[in-house]
Amino acid sequence: MSNKNKTYNRRKVVVLFFFCAVTFLLLSVRLVDLMIFQSAYYTDKAVQLHERERSIKAARGRILDRNGVVLADNKTVCTISVIHSQIEDPEAVIAFLCGKLDLSEEFVRKRVEKYSSMERIRSNVPKELGDEIREADLPGVKVDEDYKRYYPYDALASKVLGFTGGDNQGIIGLEVIYDEVLSGEEGMILTLTDAAGIELEAASEHRKEPVPGNDLVISLDYNIQSYATQLAKQVMATKEADRVSLIVMNPQNGEIMAMVDVPEFNLNEPYTLTPEYELLRAKEEARKQAVEEAKKAKTPEGEEEKAQEKEPKETKTEEELKQEKLNGMWRNGCINDTYEPGSTFKVITAAAALETGCVTLADTFSCPGFIVVDDRKIRCHKVGGHGAEDFTKGICNSCNPVFVTLGMRVGAERYYDCLKQFGLLERTGVDLPGEAGTIMHQKDAIGNVELATMSFGQSFQITPLQLAATVSSLVNGGRRITPHLAVRAVDETGAQVESFEKEKGRQIVSAETSETLQMLLEKVVSEGGGSKAQIEGYSIGGKTATSQTLPRGSGRYIASFVGFSPADDPKVLALVVIHSPQGTYYGGQIAAPVIRQLFENVLPYLEK
Amino acid sequence: MATRFRTLQGGRGQSNKNNETYFDYSLLFTVLFLIGFGLMMIYSSSSYRANLDYEDSAYFLKKQLQAALLGIAGMIVVSRIPYHFWEKLAVPAYFASMALIPLVLTPLGYSSHGARRWIRILGFSLQPAEVAKLGMVIFLACLVCKMGKRIRTMKGFYALLIPPGIIAVMVWKITQNMSSAIIILGIAVLMIFVASPDYKRFVIMAVLGSAGAALIVFAIVKIANSPELTEKLGFRGLRILAWLNPEAYADGKGFQTLQALYAIGSGGIFGKGLGESIQKLGFLPEAQNDMIFSIICEELGLFGAIAVILLFLLLIWRCMIIANNAPDLFGALLVVGVMGHLAIQVILNIAVCTSVIPNTGISLPFISYGGSSVVFLLIEIGIVLNVGRSIRLKDI
Repeated sequence: MSNKNKTYNRRKVVVLFFFCAVTFLLLSVRLVDLMIFQSAYYTDKAVQLHERERSIKAARGRILDRNGVVLADNKTVCTISVIHSQIEDPEAVIAFLCGKLDLSEEFVRKRVEKYSSMERIRSNVPKELGDEIREADLPGVKVDEDYKRYYPYDALASKVLGFTGGDNQGIIGLEVIYDEVLSGEEGMILTLTDAAGIELEAASEHRKEPVPGNDLVISLDYNIQSYATQLAKQVMATKEADRVSLIVMNPQNGEIMAMVDVPEFNLNEPYTLTPEYELLRAKEEARKQAVEEAKKAKTPEGEEEKAQEKEPKETKTEEELKQEKLNGMWRNGCINDTYEPGSTFKVITAAAALETGCVTLADTFSCPGFIVVDDRKIRCHKVGGHGAEDFTKGICNSCNPVFVTLGMRVGAERYYDCLKQFGLLERTGVDLPGEAGTIMHQKDAIGNVELATMSFGQSFQITPLQLAATVSSLVNGGRRITPHLAVRAVDETGAQVESFEKEKGRQIVSAETSETLQMLLEKVVSEGGGSKAQIEGYSIGGKTATSQTLPRGSGRYIASFVGFSPADDPKVLALVVIHSPQGTYYGGQIAAPVIRQLFENVLPYLEK
Repeated sequence: MATRFRTLQGGRGQSNKNNETYFDYSLLFTVLFLIGFGLMMIYSSSSYRANLDYEDSAYFLKKQLQAALLGIAGMIVVSRIPYHFWEKLAVPAYFASMALIPLVLTPLGYSSHGARRWIRILGFSLQPAEVAKLGMVIFLACLVCKMGKRIRTMKGFYALLIPPGIIAVMVWKITQNMSSAIIILGIAVLMIFVASPDYKRFVIMAVLGSAGAALIVFAIVKIANSPELTEKLGFRGLRILAWLNPEAYADGKGFQTLQALYAIGSGGIFGKGLGESIQKLGFLPEAQNDMIFSIICEELGLFGAIAVILLFLLLIWRCMIIANNAPDLFGALLVVGVMGHLAIQVILNIAVCTSVIPNTGISLPFISYGGSSVVFLLIEIGIVLNVGRSIRLKDI
C-alpha cells in the first residue's frame, strides 16, 4: 500500500483514544461523587421540591356513657370543590352544583371561573349528597370525604360533652379536657407533584396513617341524664324559672351520673342561639334595665359613673355581642357559676359543729324567731319562732338561730378551718373546663355577723357542684371525693388504654360525724322540711334551701334541694337548683319534689 | 465475523482469502443500540411535556424516530459509497456548508428556544451547524492529504486552522451558537493533532487554552464582586457565575444546572427505574434534549450512566481500530474527525450535566432529541463504516 499511514498517525490515534478514555473516567468519578456521596443531599433537595404535604384527619374518639351509649360520634361528610384546570363544561358544572347544593348561581360561578388550582364550594355536605355528586362524574368536580363530630342526642348533656371546632379540636366541655385522648394523631399524605404543583396520580405516596383517637367512657348515664333533663325542663316550665341545674352523682366515688343545666343547646348547631336562651337573655336585660332605672331614680349623682360604664357596651360590635351571647348559652351553671347555697349549707355547719364537739344531739335550743348578733337582728324564716327545740328538730326546721348559735360556738377561726378541711375553699377538681372557685371572706375578715350569715349559707358563694361534692363527702363516711365524668379511655377494640378512676381522698370528718349527719338528714326528709322528697320504701336524706338572689330585694329566689339515698349508705346523691321560680319559691315545696320524682325512677333503675 | 474480528484486533492475522473485506458490526450495533436506547429515553423524558404541550405523549418520539430512520437509510447508503468519493466533494461541501449558515438569517431560517439556528428546506428542518461539522471534517481531511509533509511546518499548521476557524466564527457569530463553534474547532484540532507528528505545539495550545479559560473565569468572578459591573456581564458571564455557585442563581442561570444535579444526585446507584423520573415533569428544562443524560442518571442510576459512557467508549474504540487500519491517511482522518466529533460532544454534554463546566447547549450523540444531529451523525457513521469496509485484511 503506497499511502500507508505513518506509525505516528497511529500512535496519535491511540493517544487520542486514551485521552478520551481518561476524560470519560474522570467524568465517571464525578458521577460516582454525585450519585453516591452527594446522593443523599440532592435526593433530599429533590424530594423537598417534589413533595406536597396533605394531612389526613384522624377519626376523633367517641364519647360513651357508662353503658356504652354513644353520646358523641363521627359522621362522614363531604367537601365539594372544583379544580379549574379539569373543568370541561363550566356551565354544566355551575348549573349542577347550584341545583344540588342549593347555592346562588353567582356564588358558584365566581368559584368555578376563578383561576386557581382548587376552589372549595361547600363543606359539611351530607355523605348521601356527596355520593350523588360524585356519581354524576362531572370533570373538575371533586368530592372529598371528611369526618364531622356528630351528637346523636342533640342537646343532651350539651354543657358536659361540649363540641368541637373546625379543626377537630374541643371548644368546651369534655371535648376540651380530653382533647388529647380523643383527637388521635393526624396522618399525612406526602404526594409527589409535577412542577406546576399538580399531584401525580401514578406516583407512589408516602403515607403516614392517622391514628384514630381513643373512645372516652364517662360515668354519665344516658337514661338518668335524659330523665333528669326532662325533670329540669318540666320544673323550669311550670315554675317559669330562669335556669335549673341538676346534678346526680355517686357520693361514694364522685362519678357524675347526670349533670343538667337547662336551657341547654343543640351540640350539632352550637353557634345557633336557642329561643330559650334568647328569652332568658331578654328577661335578664329587662331586669338589668329596671335595676338601673331604679338606681338612677334613687341616686342621681351616680349618673356620671353609669355613663362611663355604658360607653364600652355601646362600642361592642355585632360579632362580639353574638360571641358573648354564645358564651352565655354555653355556660354550665353547675360549675361555671356560683350562688349563695342558703340552708343546704347548714349540713356543713352541722358537720363542723359535730366534728369540733360544739354540739350534741341532746343539746336544746330556743328560737324566738330571731337572733341578735352584735347589733344585728337576724330573722328566722318562721316569724313566730320555733320555740324550744333539740338539735335534730333544729335541723329539721332549718332554724336559722340554731345554726347561728352553732356557728358562734365553733368560732370564726375553727369554722374557717373546717371549711378548708372539707375542701370547700378549693375547686372540686372536676374534669370540666372553667370551674368557678369559691367566693369566700378572708379568714381575718370574718366577724360575728359574717360568721352568723355563713352558718346558714349566706354572704359567700360556691358552685352547685361544690355543694354536691361536699355533701357527698360528708355523708359517704367522711372522705372527700373528686367529682368527675371520665372513667376510662378505650381503643378501637374496647381495650382500656387509660383509667381516670379517682382515688377517694382524705378523711374530712369522722365516720361517726358522717353517720350522725346521715341520720339527721334522713330526719329532715322523713319529719322535717324535706318531706316532699319522701318515697315509700326508700330511705332518703336531704336538705332544702331557699335563698334570695343577689342583690337582695330583687324579689327573686333560688330554691334548691340536695338529697341522697339510701340514707345510711348513700349510693346516689342529687342536687337541684332552681333559679328565679315564679309563685311558690320554697325549696321544700318545689325543689324536693323534683328529687323525689328523680329518685322514684333512678333508685329502682340503679338497683337493677 | 468472529474470526475477522479477532484477526483485525490482533492486526497480524492470516487469511486465505485475499480479497476478504471487513465490516465493523460492533460499531453498527453499538450505534443502533444507542439510537434505540435514545428513542426510549426521549419517550421517557418527553412524554409528560409532550402530552401537555401537544396532547400526544409520543410527539417527540415520533419526530425523532422519523429522523433516525432517515439517518439509518442515509448511513446505509453512505456506507456503500467509497469514501474517496467525498474527496471530490470536499471543496463544494465546505463552501456549501459555509453558505448554509447565513441562511438562518433569511426567511428560510426559524427560531426555536430563543435562538435562530435552523433553516427549513423542502419541509425538513436543518441545523447548518451540523452540516458544517461534516463538511469541515471532509474538507480538512482532504486538505491534510494535499498538504503532505508541509503539515510539519508552522505555516502549514496554522494554514490548516484557517478553514475550520472561518466556519467556527461564522457559526458562533451568525447562529449565536458558541458550543457548535467550539466543537468544530475542537474536531479540527484533534484531526490536525493526529495528522501532525508534533506534540509540543498541542501541549502549548492546551496549556494556553486552559490558562485562558481560567483567566476568564477569574476575571468574571472579580467583576461579579462589584455589583455595578455585574449587569454588563451578559449571559455567558452569568452562566459562569451560576456554574461556580448554582444555588445562588437557583432562579435564573443556575436553575437548569441545579435541576440537573437534583436529577443526577437523586438517582443514586440503581436509579428510580425507567420512566420514574420526577425531574422530567416540568422541573428540568430540555429534559429530552441537552439534559437527557441527567434523566438517564435519575432513572437508571449510576449503573445506567456508566453503561452509557462505556457504550460511547466502545464506539470511540471501534473508531480508533478502524482509523488505525484504514488504507490511507484520508480514510483515517475522516474516521478521526468522526471520532473527535463523538468524543467531544459526549464529554462536553456529560460535563455540562454534571456541572463540571459552565452550562452550554451541547447534545448527547444519538440519544438527545434533535433531528439534524442524529441524521448527520448517522451519515458520519456511514462514512466510518465505509472506511472500515475498505480495510483489506490481507494488508494487515
